[in-house]
Amino acid sequence: MGLTKGSADLGELRIRRKHENDLVVALAGNPNVGKSTVFNGLTGMHQHTGNWPGKTVANAQGYVQGSHRGYVLVDLPGTYSLLAHSAEEEVARDYLCFGAADRVVVVCDATCLERNLHLVLQILEARSDVLVAVNLMDEAKRKGITPDLALLQERLGIPVLGLVAQKKKSLAALPALLDTYVPPSSLAKVPPIHYPPPIEAALADLIPLLQAHTTERQSPRWLALKLLEGDTSLLGELQWQLGEEVLSSPTLVTALDTARERLKTEGFPPETLADTLATATTLAAETICKDVVCENASSHSKRDRWIDRLLTGKYTAYPLMLLLLLAVFWITIRFANIPSAFLSQCFEGLLEWLTRLLIHLQAPEWLMGLLIDGLLRVPLWVISVMLPPMAIFFPLFTFLEDVGYLPRIAYNLDRPFHACRACGKQSLTMCMGFGCNAAGVVGCRIIDSPRERMLAILTNSFVPCNGRFPALISLISIFLVGSGAFSGALAPLLLTLCILLGVLMTMAMTKLLAHTVLRGAPSSFALELPPFRRPQLGRLILRSLLDRTLFVLGRSVTVAIPAGLLIWLMTNLTIGEMSLLHHCADLLDPFARLFGMDGVILLAFVLGLPANEIILPIITTTYLCEGTLMECESLLEMQTLLSANGWTWATAVSVILFLLFHWPCSTTLLTVKKETGKWRWSLLAAVLPTVVGLLLCLLFTQSLRLLQQI
Amino acid sequence: MSLITLDRLAPGSCAVLRALKNEDLMRRRLQELGFVCGTKLQCLGRSPGGDPSAYLVRGTVIALRQEDCREILVEEFAKGESPWD
Repeated sequence: MGLTKGSADLGELRIRRKHENDLVVALAGNPNVGKSTVFNGLTGMHQHTGNWPGKTVANAQGYVQGSHRGYVLVDLPGTYSLLAHSAEEEVARDYLCFGAADRVVVVCDATCLERNLHLVLQILEARSDVLVAVNLMDEAKRKGITPDLALLQERLGIPVLGLVAQKKKSLAALPALLDTYVPPSSLAKVPPIHYPPPIEAALADLIPLLQAHTTERQSPRWLALKLLEGDTSLLGELQWQLGEEVLSSPTLVTALDTARERLKTEGFPPETLADTLATATTLAAETICKDVVCENASSHSKRDRWIDRLLTGKYTAYPLMLLLLLAVFWITIRFANIPSAFLSQCFEGLLEWLTRLLIHLQAPEWLMGLLIDGLLRVPLWVISVMLPPMAIFFPLFTFLEDVGYLPRIAYNLDRPFHACRACGKQSLTMCMGFGCNAAGVVGCRIIDSPRERMLAILTNSFVPCNGRFPALISLISIFLVGSGAFSGALAPLLLTLCILLGVLMTMAMTKLLAHTVLRGAPSSFALELPPFRRPQLGRLILRSLLDRTLFVLGRSVTVAIPAGLLIWLMTNLTIGEMSLLHHCADLLDPFARLFGMDGVILLAFVLGLPANEIILPIITTTYLCEGTLMECESLLEMQTLLSANGWTWATAVSVILFLLFHWPCSTTLLTVKKETGKWRWSLLAAVLPTVVGLLLCLLFTQSLRLLQQI
Repeated sequence: MSLITLDRLAPGSCAVLRALKNEDLMRRRLQELGFVCGTKLQCLGRSPGGDPSAYLVRGTVIALRQEDCREILVEEFAKGESPWD
């Protein structure tokens, strides 16, 4: 659910300096170490954060003012190493090794310093202007881990800073450190990793050949290593950086061949060379860490393991997942009604007051209609219906996200997704889809295999996004839940069933696609289950309100205004006896009846393409224009209105089914095109759920009719 | 002590990694995560479907699928023998 202002920005990164002597500082680090928190804290921006690896999917940049110069901070996606596996990691690697960054700050997690050092050492091999920020010092302290940062600084030979990224005061030390930092000359430094002697000897032969061609920032040792290793994913970039003629120069080619030949006779054949290098890096990190970290192993993550046994246990995992889902929906539905009713009352008062004002001003009737029914009514409806559930749902979901529950969902659900020949991480992008399908589609970048990523992208809109929740809730409350004793619990239960249907359909469609259009074997899978973190409630609420609620609301209101106008125009433009809107609705009506809906409903779905939020308002507005009722604010009034237009519980079920499965909104379709590069994938992403929805509606309606005839 | 594949390591048991036979990309990924020869591992448990399983490696918890674990050779510690000393 990484829906923020930044996540829709997918373009290439263009650095925006304010002054000429501003420095570009890249923030690198393992996934989920708090890079985004550091970035937000320093730049005052709202890059989305959360406790799961891989949520930073697009590069973001921000500005920090130092004492005598400014810094453009670039938040890179998390990587475990400089070896790129996914498109995501390639971006980070190219930026670190060849990019425009003047400095690199590697953010590390104090609770697992050793693994983080692996990346630090690799970056340090490629360039010398590196600083280390050890984040989550408070978390480490709670777990009895106290890294000796002074010793780490001495061992690494670069500045090391301890951080608690959530605390502004602690963060201020970073720009201060950058102000006083003088990068060493790349030649002066001691190599951070020592390889077995034969490899070192080979390097010593190659380095002088490269030295003449490298700039001050490029490390000849690193280039020599990469050439020895023959990393094909780097070759193109290397050619571009060094120049074709250097790489293909006879001296270098011969030297490389001799070096490889000699290594082979000394027991390091090319096929195991990369393994030897990776092992050496890990061991170097281990050696450094042994003295730096004295950890009290007994207290370490005992509590985490206990919680994990519960959350991922054989008998407890699925019931707990369902219970949490149910609880989130129950709280949302239970408490959203009150502010919703209050808001709609306020808005009704406002509209009444405006009407009286316009009458007083003797405004012409068409102007009143245009302003009140055309411009204001639909957006106000959207606000009163959407704001309260979102303001409750988003913080709850952000809480689960910040605590670290989402990777556990992926862990629990990997088996079923694996059976569908997909990746368990798809359940993470599916969860993001609950917030916004467009964000879910962007989030699919965390999946390494292109085939599995495509599966996740195409099936993302099978789970209802936040734009569809309010309509689902309203319809369930009105038509499917009576006012009986259990009605309070029944609505969330039915909503949970809807979600489960969505999840099941996601899996079924994934399986179908994996056996037809996107055939292939499932790729391997390694998922980190991060330690649980205590979220900061104040920040959490503020952030989820500002970043998500208002953003989504803003988008729907922006869409609702022109849509409201269009509908008003269509109802007021008449051809013959009937309005344009009703002509269109009549045209669709016979087709829609097959599926248990009517022309107005289907038309609303078509007009709701820009945003699902406005489907229900369009339906009610269209009915209203027939003049039976003038307002429709509370659920009761909506029930009267819909019933008067021939709705039964069966109609509601059909609409709910079609709400769950129909074409995604235009933003999502556009995002699919951006992420996959081809419109035909967008088309498939629209056709798939639509066919499923129509089939389900047809099946439901026709079998019900059959039953009623008997 | 004989070698077993990692998928046969029972939850709660500890072992030392002896060889990685995974294909290149996955082997590299595992090495980055700290799976190198000589590393101590502990199987923490299995997900409710029985696959994947969670392993404690160098202070972090990594979930791996059974089919990937079949390519990882480990040497199991005898019961009661603590590998963390």
